[in-house]
Amino acid sequence: MTPLLSAPGKMAAVQDGPMELDTEKETKPEILSDGTSKLSGNAASGTLSSSPLTAGGAPKQEDQQTLIAVLQFLRRNKLSESVEILRREAGLEDQEDSQTLDGSGGGKGDRDGGEANSLLSRVSITSAAAPQSTLTPITVKRANEQLDVSVVLSAYSQQGDPSLYQVYYSGLKNFIESVLDCHRAELSQLFYPLFVHMYLELVYNNHENEAKAFFEKFGGDQECYYQDDLRVLCGLTKKEHLKGNEVLLDFRTSRFVLRISRDSYQLLKRHLQERHNNQIWNIIQEHLYIDIFDGMPRSKSQIDSMSGSFAGEARREVNKVKVFHGLLKEPEIEVPLDDEEDEAENEEGKPKKKKTKKDSMGSKSKKQDPNAPQQNRIPLPELKDSDKLDKIMYMKESTKRIRLGPENLPSICFYSFLNAYQGLTAVDFTDDSSLLAGGFADSTVRIWSVTPKKLRKVKSAGELNLIDKESDDVLERIMDEKTASESKILCGHSGPVYSVSFSPDRNYLLSSSEDGTVRLWSLQTFTCLVGYKGHNYPVWDTHFSPFGYYFVSGGHDRVARLWATDHYQPLRIFAGHLADVTCTRFHPNSNYVATGSTDRTIRLWDVLNGNCVRIFTGHKGPVHSLAFSPNGKFLASGSTDGRVLLWDIGHGLMIGELKGHTDTIYALKFSRDGEILASGSMDNTVRLWDSTKAFDDVETDDFTAATGHIHLPDNSQELLLGTYHSKSTPVTHLHFTRRNLLLAAGGYSSQ
Amino acid sequence: HQSSTGREERRFAEVPRESIKLMAESTGVELSEEVAALLAEDVCYRLREATQNSSQFMRHAKRRKLSVEDFNRALRWSNTETVCGYGAQDALPFRPLKEGELFFVEDREINLVELALATNIPKGCAETMVRVHVSYLDGKGNLEPQGTVPTAVQSLSEDLLKYYQQITRAILGEDPHLMKVKSVSHDLDQLNRLLHMVKSLVQNPYLYLGSYVRSLVSSVMYCILEPLAASINPLNDHWTLRDYAALLLSHIFWTHGDLVSGLYHQILLSLQKVLSDPVRPLCSHYGAVVGLHALGWKAVERVLYPHLPAYWANLQAVLDDYSVSNAQVKADGHKVYGAILVAVERCLKMKALSLTLAAEGSSAGLPGTTTGAVGFRENSPGLSPPPEPLSEPPLGIASHLQAGGAGCQWEEWTPVSLPAMYCELYSFFGDSLAVRFSTDPPLGGAPPPGPCQPLEGRKEPASSAPNLENTRKMPQLTASMNISPRQDGSPRMEPQPPSLAATVPGRSLSRSSSSSSVSRSRSSSSRPGRSTSQSRDIFPKSRFPLPQAGPPAFSFIIGGRQMGRRCQGRRFQTSFTPTPPLTTLPPRAYAHKLPVIGRVSKPVRRWTCSHYSLHLPL
Repeated sequence: MTPLLSAPGKMAAVQDGPMELDTEKETKPEILSDGTSKLSGNAASGTLSSSPLTAGGAPKQEDQQTLIAVLQFLRRNKLSESVEILRREAGLEDQEDSQTLDGSGGGKGDRDGGEANSLLSRVSITSAAAPQSTLTPITVKRANEQLDVSVVLSAYSQQGDPSLYQVYYSGLKNFIESVLDCHRAELSQLFYPLFVHMYLELVYNNHENEAKAFFEKFGGDQECYYQDDLRVLCGLTKKEHLKGNEVLLDFRTSRFVLRISRDSYQLLKRHLQERHNNQIWNIIQEHLYIDIFDGMPRSKSQIDSMSGSFAGEARREVNKVKVFHGLLKEPEIEVPLDDEEDEAENEEGKPKKKKTKKDSMGSKSKKQDPNAPQQNRIPLPELKDSDKLDKIMYMKESTKRIRLGPENLPSICFYSFLNAYQGLTAVDFTDDSSLLAGGFADSTVRIWSVTPKKLRKVKSAGELNLIDKESDDVLERIMDEKTASESKILCGHSGPVYSVSFSPDRNYLLSSSEDGTVRLWSLQTFTCLVGYKGHNYPVWDTHFSPFGYYFVSGGHDRVARLWATDHYQPLRIFAGHLADVTCTRFHPNSNYVATGSTDRTIRLWDVLNGNCVRIFTGHKGPVHSLAFSPNGKFLASGSTDGRVLLWDIGHGLMIGELKGHTDTIYALKFSRDGEILASGSMDNTVRLWDSTKAFDDVETDDFTAATGHIHLPDNSQELLLGTYHSKSTPVTHLHFTRRNLLLAAGGYSSQ
Repeated sequence: HQSSTGREERRFAEVPRESIKLMAESTGVELSEEVAALLAEDVCYRLREATQNSSQFMRHAKRRKLSVEDFNRALRWSNTETVCGYGAQDALPFRPLKEGELFFVEDREINLVELALATNIPKGCAETMVRVHVSYLDGKGNLEPQGTVPTAVQSLSEDLLKYYQQITRAILGEDPHLMKVKSVSHDLDQLNRLLHMVKSLVQNPYLYLGSYVRSLVSSVMYCILEPLAASINPLNDHWTLRDYAALLLSHIFWTHGDLVSGLYHQILLSLQKVLSDPVRPLCSHYGAVVGLHALGWKAVERVLYPHLPAYWANLQAVLDDYSVSNAQVKADGHKVYGAILVAVERCLKMKALSLTLAAEGSSAGLPGTTTGAVGFRENSPGLSPPPEPLSEPPLGIASHLQAGGAGCQWEEWTPVSLPAMYCELYSFFGDSLAVRFSTDPPLGGAPPPGPCQPLEGRKEPASSAPNLENTRKMPQLTASMNISPRQDGSPRMEPQPPSLAATVPGRSLSRSSSSSSVSRSRSSSSRPGRSTSQSRDIFPKSRFPLPQAGPPAFSFIIGGRQMGRRCQGRRFQTSFTPTPPLTTLPPRAYAHKLPVIGRVSKPVRRWTCSHYSLHLPL
């Protein structure tokens, strides 16, 4: 079943109609090409990819310049058809541009949605894509790359006197330091992007010594959370090096977003015009996106809580799209009440009966949840009989669930991996906590049975033929007793396995690896079924949809991909992150996907149309863990800076900051009812947080929702319910059983 | 590889152009200055880039340490050839070559044939496995230590607090219950670990314990005296714990006794209290006896000896009860009996020794030294380990106590004459005591020209016959050595009272030290001019003459814990084994066998878990 290695751009090509920018998503440089085009406006972004990276009010001239460049490139590669379309579209888009400034606007979205639907209904698109994909020879890639670079670099063509840069910058610095306090905090945001752009401009124009001096003088002034980027920057002193450096390429292609109040902006503008400080003004015009709002300037703490991302804050309008964060209606399953229980414990049986009825009522009432997506918004696999049985089991279990709360904390079981010399990199539990999978740096995946039930393979085909298929225990007979063991090893990857994920029905396991593939394993035969190739770079994370069938993966190539298990090519490519996608999670209703990235942002993507519907900024380090609350309303994220941030998906706001960990947070999990958030970290602790309180404390008044100006209460200590130390074992994974017992897992490290 | 020089303040490694040129030359390419400079800069940049990329692989592998593998992955993904041969775990020596100002990584040659045919192939690593344990029940596993420290430690200064945290993490895992001995009294392992920790704390020359000595002592005393929860189970070897704690107590006392005034006094009082309390279980009594024993013979003489008549009756009752239900208690009683016997024996010997020495010292023209103990102290100036059981440093404190401490019991204590004491003790112990002393005269009297016997593998290498008496004392010696393997120059050994040191004439020093502290001089193995014959000459002088004549040679074992349980009545302490042949090794060679003493090496480990006070190996 392993698919042929065909051009992975296919899917995107079909998605966007005939105007396929050939190789785009195949490799990173090409994704950059997306960036460039997006920068220049909707013309490109609408057509190039499914990614709705916010396009902005870029000046028209630049827009056209880029268009011309793209046309040139297409012509050179004899993609005449595409040229035609681009021309046509450009004209069209120019008009659209005036209508909608934000990139993920109306008409286009509809069209995308329509296409997407056809895609998701599993229409085979390979045939349609095939002829075009043949048009994409590898050599194109190189040319493409170079062209892009030169286009981007041309942005720095204008130059002033290099020796005056320091004067300019310190002039501005003096000005900002002298303005009123309320404005100073806002205007201080300018320092970092200006500093970087001025430095890059110097480097680009071969003023190496001036650049170094400039860095020496002002590098120390920048906010501490930019240190990682500055480290990259300070090593870069040659124009030649600019070409290959993707991080900085991104920095220049994406406009740094600042949110500044109108008053402060006016102040700045007046100052720059008075001083005729064109150098800085030009940079602000060309490379920064200043999101001006009316009203009170924000305070320093407000700004600090939102900043830190690679490309500034998210624009306000990106987070305005409606997100259907409600849960889907539970399928109606006739819950056969346990006869045994009814008989055995008559007294208890009755209330339970009511409870289960209430549950089903509850799920019905969710239908009216205005925030829930349409039931068939995303086509979901139909429930099999076994799934229904499992659901029943789940409901039974959940009646026995312990209600957690600040007074009633969960018990914690720790699964320590001993003798994991090969390096434990990822862990996952099945939903019913019966199986445990570990991914290792030696490219193996190991599966353990957590219950006394041993792992057995299905018999070979020849032996299966001999089985009486009519017998009642046929399911038992097909298993090969000889293979029963507590654990199984799955070999197939050729690089460290960075994540593993069980399918909800426990029949499959996904693993993603450094070798660029995601593999699907059968837990019946313990063999590899499919290798999904498409990332071409290390795949950092993969995650099954809560309903199975779909899964999402994200990796070093800065995109997240949506796959269906029966398609060997991705259904969606979520492009827009400026750096590696480090973690991916499905929303509980399976309509959205959240991705965390090294660019210190979290994005929420609509599975239906591939649009980015939320951008959350505020982390000061790469995001390494994500968790949706069970009701789908909230998202928690953990990063290398040891902080957990809580987000309100509906309003697109940060609503909490949980400080306490001292190292990267690799695991986050909400309890089954969402009252407790557990976080596990490299610092060998599990911490429990009172999420109910955290969510209740938030007052999301209309003003906050409208402006996005948040006041974070500093109440980490009140929310922290407990810190639990492991014995020198970093916590790699956390899982709540159906009865709310907390399972933690990690590899024991002897140092 | 190349040298990474930090010229100014650099945040990253740099490759100088000279290195580039050198490398180019090594491959036969001549580079101009310009090219080399450009290349150097580019190489630096690429190296930095690769390093930055490699950190991603480390992060996703959830490690803290960047590995060579990570770096190679980064190289591979940037289409660069990987660097092979650096994946080994052991560090590569990076050496400078003076002449050429060249730095290089030492590359050992490996014989592949040897490697391939090597027989010592490491055994396969243990299977990766998962173990589960309920860590925290209802989130209440460790409510107390959640981020906070016990109150006892809260008053510590910041540095000490850090130290404390390090220690607790190292010793108790993540369970910081230091100084709260009671909380772990059910767990002998924990207690043992705790005691070892206390030992290392005491030994740490960089740590000024100050007033914390008191709390340490109280912890140790707890281990010695309290009927631990674990003592209920006869299978638990809490005796060893008590022995070790006692040793530790004496050691703390020897090294830090001066820090807390009145400590000695307090310890003696509490030990005495326990001993005189008949309600206490036997294991507590045992602890008290062992504790006294460890504190030195003076303590035994002062506290145990006066109490013995009263105590004896109790013990006797226990030992004479042959009922089955009493078996366990009786076994415990035997333990106490053994401990008392050992303590008393040494007390007697020491007393005798000190008396002889005192006499000797005064005959050598030392008018100032009148008491045996002081005279004895002079004899050990040159020896590095002061906590030798013979010498009695606490005397300084004790005398200070006697002078200053009001109302303490032994203030009116008057030394009993040696024969009187012996007679009284003999009335208690009978033959078993006599037998312990009787072994000496025939051996000492007839310098034995026995066959040579190599002594490797012995804990106590000094089992030569002429020094049998000393040999018996070896356990104490070794034990105290174990807990104090100190180097010369450790502060505690300097404070020899200057007045005393001044009064020691060289002749008497050499003579008396060679005579009276043979066992000690053994530990200082490289002593020149010392010969066995010499020590034999002098030895008889220091012998305590006893009328009883025992078998010519035997080794004597007092029933240890296991034996104690097995044997019946009081006969258990007379088990004889043939004596080992006497050594005729020349002193030098002999001395060579000795350095075991005082070194924390294998014997120590064995020692700590054997029964130092009861088992007297030869």
